[in-house]
Amino acid sequence: MELIGHFHYLVFAVLLMTGFYALVAKQNLIKKLLGLSIFQSAVFLLYITMSTREGGTAPIIRPEAVDQIYANPLPQVLILTAIVVGIATMALGLAIVVRIREEYDSIEDNQIRRMDRRS
Amino acid sequence: MVVVFALFLLTLLVVTAIAIVRSEDLFSAVVLSGIFSLLMAANFFVLDAADVALTEAAVGAGVATVLLLGALTLTPTRERARSRRRWLALTAVAANVAVIVFATIDAPNLGDPQAPVHQHVSPWYLENTAEYVGVPNVVTAVLASFRGYDTLGEAFVILIAGIGVLFTLGAGRDRLLAKDPEPRPQEGLKHHLIPKVVSRMLIPFIVLFGLYVQFHGDFGPGGGFQAGALIAAGMILHSIIEGERAALKLMPPRLLVTMAVTGTLLFGAVGVVCMLLGGAFLDYSVLAAEPVEGQHLGVLVIELGVGLTVTGVLLAIYHAFAARDQ
Repeated sequence: MELIGHFHYLVFAVLLMTGFYALVAKQNLIKKLLGLSIFQSAVFLLYITMSTREGGTAPIIRPEAVDQIYANPLPQVLILTAIVVGIATMALGLAIVVRIREEYDSIEDNQIRRMDRRS
Repeated sequence: MVVVFALFLLTLLVVTAIAIVRSEDLFSAVVLSGIFSLLMAANFFVLDAADVALTEAAVGAGVATVLLLGALTLTPTRERARSRRRWLALTAVAANVAVIVFATIDAPNLGDPQAPVHQHVSPWYLENTAEYVGVPNVVTAVLASFRGYDTLGEAFVILIAGIGVLFTLGAGRDRLLAKDPEPRPQEGLKHHLIPKVVSRMLIPFIVLFGLYVQFHGDFGPGGGFQAGALIAAGMILHSIIEGERAALKLMPPRLLVTMAVTGTLLFGAVGVVCMLLGGAFLDYSVLAAEPVEGQHLGVLVIELGVGLTVTGVLLAIYHAFAARDQ
């Protein structure tokens, strides 16, 4: 358990920074949004890792099971709503990207900046 | 066995994430991001979060992929520019990974019952949910009843994001309907036999499963958020097969917007009714003679409101993208 716990944290760190790399280094706006969603997923993973308990099960209470250990429901509730809000905000981001493409005929950040400087 | 499976899934997650960032073809990046979400859902399931896994599978792997593909039809699908200051970014990112890993060295172990997160309020919810709310699924109970304020806020965030998308892209849809509202025979994928037959078999079951998840969410994994995403996914499949116009004829944009607004207002109205009956805002215990029955009723109604909002907003967003390129 020791090893796999730390492996979860390592994966969290790598995923978080992979998403962050796409966000800062990539020029393509859709790539940036994909990076943002990887970043978001990494945070979700950290929260769900926290909710697990050894020997536990999903927090749906069965009265007949005495002394059953359940996972912590609170991080799960936070993440459940965050996932749906995440998709709604990503849709808004995509809509803005589509409008940018219609105005500038490009979705590359550096080209858009160049056009802005010229005008 | 589970440990091996978890290690395998986590490794695949990292591989997929790096592949998404590296691939120059945006189409494959988007399909990979669907796979990433599905792997993430499997991982959540291994970590005992059934509700979250269901949401991630329906929202992340289903609806998000469709929305990204819809956006890709309106944008170039190849990444042109090279990364800017690549080595600087890579160094900063590697340094950050090192810092985070260093910070997690003495973090509590996976599943440690003595971890601080399991000490403060969470045992109270597990012990007292049955008494106060009477709903077996503690996640649903916390979401709908104990933290009802917060969920109401989330419903409004989703509604506002939907309104934002409609204001940014909405014109295409109305133009499409005003120009030529009649469904065309060659639209969609109807003329391909296999997608047509498979989708006709799948769509009723997807929608039925959505309704089951909606109304059984108090007892098993599920609830309004998951059900809304599932039903929206079923209707999006219908729209892809039968074409945009047929789908808009079945569920007109006006109906979708009405669904989204009604759902959120229904949620708020339950809160106001609770106040009028002498309780606090969103305190469902006053809705019936027995507090537990009142809680049951309140949870059912507000989950219905959330389901309506999520279905309406996701479908309206999908149609805003799909009608834009016509």
